[in-house]
Amino acid sequence: MRLSELLPGNTAVVREVEDVGSADPIARRLRDLGFVAGEPVRLVTRGPVGGDPLLVQIGFTRFALRRSEAARVWLQSDGAGA
Amino acid sequence: MSTEALRIALVGNPNCGKTALFNLLTGSRQKVANYAGVTVERKQGRYTAPSGRVVDLLDLPGAYSLDAASPDEAITRDVCLGIAAGETRPDLLVCVADATNLRLHLRFVLEVRRLGLPVVLALNMMDAASRRGIRIDIAALERELGIPVIETVAVRRAGAKALVERLDLAVPLPAMTSASDADLHAEVRQLLRAAVSMPSRTAATDDAIDRVALHPVWGLILLAGLMFLIFQSVFSWAGPLMEGIEGGIKLLGEWSVATLPDGPLRSLLNDGVFAGIGGVLVFLPQILILFLFILALEESGYLPRAAFLLDRLMFKAGLSGRSFIPLLSSFACAIPGIMATRSIQDPRDRLTTIMVAPLMTCSARLPVYTLLIGAFIPQRTVAGLFNLQGIVLFALYVAGIASALGVAFVMKRLRRDRSEHALMLELPSYRWPHPRDLAIGLWERGWIFIRRVGGIILALTILLWFLSSYPAPPEGATGPAIDYSLAGRIGRWLEVVFAPIGFNWQISIALVPGLAAREVAVSALGTVYALSGSDETVAAALGPLIAVEWPLATALSLLVWFIFAPQCLSTLAVIRRETNSWRNVWIAAGYLFGLAYVASFITFQITRVLSG
Ligand SMILES: Nc1nc2c(ncn2[C@@H]2O[C@H](COP(=O)(O)OP(=O)(O)OP(=O)(O)O)[C@@H](O)[C@H]2O)c(=O)[nH]1
Ligand SMILES: [Mg+2]
Repeated sequence: MRLSELLPGNTAVVREVEDVGSADPIARRLRDLGFVAGEPVRLVTRGPVGGDPLLVQIGFTRFALRRSEAARVWLQSDGAGA
Repeated sequence: MSTEALRIALVGNPNCGKTALFNLLTGSRQKVANYAGVTVERKQGRYTAPSGRVVDLLDLPGAYSLDAASPDEAITRDVCLGIAAGETRPDLLVCVADATNLRLHLRFVLEVRRLGLPVVLALNMMDAASRRGIRIDIAALERELGIPVIETVAVRRAGAKALVERLDLAVPLPAMTSASDADLHAEVRQLLRAAVSMPSRTAATDDAIDRVALHPVWGLILLAGLMFLIFQSVFSWAGPLMEGIEGGIKLLGEWSVATLPDGPLRSLLNDGVFAGIGGVLVFLPQILILFLFILALEESGYLPRAAFLLDRLMFKAGLSGRSFIPLLSSFACAIPGIMATRSIQDPRDRLTTIMVAPLMTCSARLPVYTLLIGAFIPQRTVAGLFNLQGIVLFALYVAGIASALGVAFVMKRLRRDRSEHALMLELPSYRWPHPRDLAIGLWERGWIFIRRVGGIILALTILLWFLSSYPAPPEGATGPAIDYSLAGRIGRWLEVVFAPIGFNWQISIALVPGLAAREVAVSALGTVYALSGSDETVAAALGPLIAVEWPLATALSLLVWFIFAPQCLSTLAVIRRETNSWRNVWIAAGYLFGLAYVASFITFQITRVLSG
């Protein structure tokens, strides 16, 4: 499952961040921000218009991510929906 | 004192308190606010260490990584790597980290530790950390990191004493490590396990406030209400204060004029200084109220939330949530607004934001709006609650915003590159604005305005007085002297261009010095009318005077003109500097002028027909 599919209020664990194209700067930045394997993430809420952007808690920090950005983050299946 | 100055640079993640620390150490007053990307250029300061050694301190923009993603991060990277043009590499780095946000910030500390420079870690916001029950074992952290770790509270007077003392001692070079980027994350987890205990990942108050502030319905209502409150209060709260200032200036003008003999000096004081400058000074309360709101919002941490709420809408219009803060700053002045775009990662979003920033109603336009609204819009209460004049002002602001969205949309359509735009925006913890900081901020803003009035605005007004008084009329002339002056002639000549949009020659001439500072348009009108009037007219009388002299169509046309017109040379200069291109300057000036002319033309012609 991708982070963009996680439901609000739910927590999961990151598996990996996928590059879109070669040398994807957005994927690189996501990894720098802490989206790395084994890190728990929580979808706090979604934006008011079209459910975009997503508010994501990673570590002790909250980031607003667009759906397309969150779609790069793959979650571990056992953590999903918990 | 024999050794040369020690060069220290402050680095760290955005919003960890680097600038607050810089201000505390050097006694400067650089801008501190509660969102990522406040500092966008290097700032230098100096302090003397207890040993007497002079320290050159550098404040840098915050960065999430040395792998820079935006122009402000590139500045920090270049200084850290010693490749910044005209800058020697610092002798020592103080890496600042927010003690409540260590999962993110320690990774950057590890990245900085690899640079091969001596590093000291300043664990800032220790007050907030202990309030949240976060306990950090400093000795363990120091041992694991291999660099000195000092606790600081940058917003307290003595909050950096320990840091200053530690920096006065020799700092060793950290052991070189060759960890890969993935290892850095593993190492951070190891550090957290060894040294940090945290009862909860987030602050309970943040969660509670966000449940309302980010709610799909309540959040938007709150945002709209907040914006409306600001505009209403700029107009209604400022009223009594403005009347006070107005009365004071009038008394001063009458008194000083009464003691002077008739002649050029009397005319310069009366028509130039009091009619001109007085007319602008009156707007100090409005500008202070506007800044009070902006400063409080900036420090509260709400602004990135507003960006979150509006991102989707702004994206549809060709902007990004990240454009929100630069555009909001542009309500104060487009220049810091355009500078603030440096924190926007996507170059296309950044350019679009720069191009539309001049459409945001800057505070220099307030005097013009207020003058015209006061003269032409009746003071009435609408729906038992709202002030009609406030509503018109609000509409003018909205018109600026709407046209910015429109222009951004066109730019998006014209662009060929349709690849993805990045957002990735951090939402900080909420913080109460300190009354003392607000007071200092307001004081500074007020001073800047008064200095502007006493500097460039006064100079231009006096210049205009000269141009409007000389050459003196020939013997036996009948009309007012200004008709024969240089300004009078230029005005008549400009009138040819502006007549179709309803501007008389007085307005046309007032627009010229307005290019250097928009408020001058008001002082210039004051001077021009004072000189052409038969009786003595002072500043306070300009409103009633134009109310009878101008048709409504002219007033509305001038209001609309000010929404768009690119009459601010400093803004154009900043666009040139920030985009490094004259082409963008021409495009911006051209489209703004075109929009202004067309919109004013339509407004003038329609109002003329409707009002018969
Ligand atoms: N409670 C508390 N707040 C602090 C402390 N230091 C800074 N702040 C607040 O943290 C926020 C950010 O401070 P800045 O100094 O602007 O941060 P910065 O690191 O310069 O940020 P950028 O320039 O965006 O990289 C402001 O709201 C400060 O008032 C501290 O020690 N304790
Ligand atoms: Mg700063």
